[in-house]
Amino acid sequence: MSGATKRRWRDVPLAAAMLGPSLVVLIAFVLYPLGRAVWLGQQRCNVQATKCRSVGWGQYTDVLRSNEFQSAVWVTLKFALITVPVGLALGIGLAVLADKHMRHIGFFRTVFSSTVATSVAVASLMWLFLLQPSVGVLANIGWLNDIFPVIKEPGLLNDKGTALSSVAISSIWANLGFTFIVITAGLQSIPRELQESAFVDGAGGWRRFTNVTLPLLGPTLLFTTVVLTSRAFQAYGEIDLLTNGGPVPQQSTTTVTYLIYGSSSIIKNNEGLKAAVAVLLFVILLGLSALQFRGLGKRVHYGS
Amino acid sequence: MALDTTPKGWRSWVRYALLIVMAIIILFPIYTTIVASLKPGNRVLRNPLVPDSFTLDVLGDAWTQGRLGKYLWNSAVVAIIVTMFQLLTSIMSAYAFSFLRFPLKRFFFAIFMATLLVPFEVTLLINRRTVDSLGWLNTYQGLAVPFLATAFGTFLLRQVFMQIPKDLNEAASMDGLGHWGFMREVAVPLVRPTLGALGLFSFLASWNQYLWPTMITTEDDMNTIQSGLRLLRSSDLDKPNLIMAGTIIAAIPILVVLVVFQRQLVRGLTAGAVKG
Repeated sequence: MSGATKRRWRDVPLAAAMLGPSLVVLIAFVLYPLGRAVWLGQQRCNVQATKCRSVGWGQYTDVLRSNEFQSAVWVTLKFALITVPVGLALGIGLAVLADKHMRHIGFFRTVFSSTVATSVAVASLMWLFLLQPSVGVLANIGWLNDIFPVIKEPGLLNDKGTALSSVAISSIWANLGFTFIVITAGLQSIPRELQESAFVDGAGGWRRFTNVTLPLLGPTLLFTTVVLTSRAFQAYGEIDLLTNGGPVPQQSTTTVTYLIYGSSSIIKNNEGLKAAVAVLLFVILLGLSALQFRGLGKRVHYGS
Repeated sequence: MALDTTPKGWRSWVRYALLIVMAIIILFPIYTTIVASLKPGNRVLRNPLVPDSFTLDVLGDAWTQGRLGKYLWNSAVVAIIVTMFQLLTSIMSAYAFSFLRFPLKRFFFAIFMATLLVPFEVTLLINRRTVDSLGWLNTYQGLAVPFLATAFGTFLLRQVFMQIPKDLNEAASMDGLGHWGFMREVAVPLVRPTLGALGLFSFLASWNQYLWPTMITTEDDMNTIQSGLRLLRSSDLDKPNLIMAGTIIAAIPILVVLVVFQRQLVRGLTAGAVKG
């Protein structure tokens, strides 16, 4: 008994030394801020955020009911519903297209992977230069403007109908390298014999794709979907650089994250409301990941 | 089976045509950016698709006016510090969870895993206040310290440490090799591929941070390359070629890193997909 207890406690100093640094950082910069944000969410502060006082937990329900929050959630959902399926479909399409032994295929794989090297700032500025109505590339191609006058007036990023889709396209492009690389790796881990035996059984190209390739790609696609969805919900840089949450007054591209941190956000001087929105975003993301793992996880085919 | 009887040559031409079309679409934004960055200011709006004039002056101007050298340096310092510390803290905590016996082990592991669920959006708001009260606005500490540990890295390394046979650890301790020695001489060398992947992942994640540097940087000199690009955009929108040149300069270092570490890239990107 005493020997067992001794063994149980023997490693404690060492464990403290090894876990200590991580624990300090994780508690100070992840767990404490989470708790603090939950508390701050029911407070109202002065503009400098030096003095805050509690106004009650009803502030959370006020935020939930507010038009600004609901609109931001709706914009975020639309953004995710564009970027995730389109990004996934393009990633699968490109990966399947380039998954053949052909001459120069290495070149095409490099091209399709290339956007993985662009940060959100780099990618967004490239697209800003394409889409800007005055100095942009598309606006200076004559025939294109004749077909789509919106490019010049008011500009794809300034029109409430096209702003969000334009930001989404830039985001899809920026994520495509990542999606392509991950799905290609998934494709290459599928045993060739399975494809061949399906071929021998008389399955055509499309049936082999839907009945063999897609199910075996399940875990990879689940992972990609989860990553793309969380990136969509946390998109900030592309909105900050391309539209600043606008065009006003509809705030057509103010996502939840932009509502919290954006420099033209309507609540930018209200720390309490920002914290409340941040906590609600956290709850939404929690629910979403639970949903994705429950719903998709069941249908995923784990090979080997 | 009808499709499979089509001539092979014909099908491969269709595939090549599709590959080329997709490659053109994907390269288009990069191409126009490069073309713009090589044109003098007065030519940039004419024929934006045709490289009809050539100068390196704009790249030079972007480098000096945009202070990109300083910003790239800041990004490199922060990303290297963050990567090294994340590897170190992850190795130590993963080792403790894999090889040490101590009370409340599951509880502490649960705390680590719980932090994985908390997104940056919630914490950064408060972390800005913390960093401010520590006097760390506009410092390397402020940029790096909140990210020096990662539960993700701990989880990832624990997965591979657990595959090391316990006998090996016991044999080593009989030979007089303590835990630190075993960690250094045996455990870490055995998981080197995972460390490479985690290192690249940490470096990219830190280098690409956008929101945090824009939140805690108010002095021009302390911008990272990402928040520096934001400054460049807001100051010089009337000089698109200057911004595009800055964008190209900002993209090159990470391109070099990815080419050098391409063997780690796939594992680094899919690291999160490991099965539990």
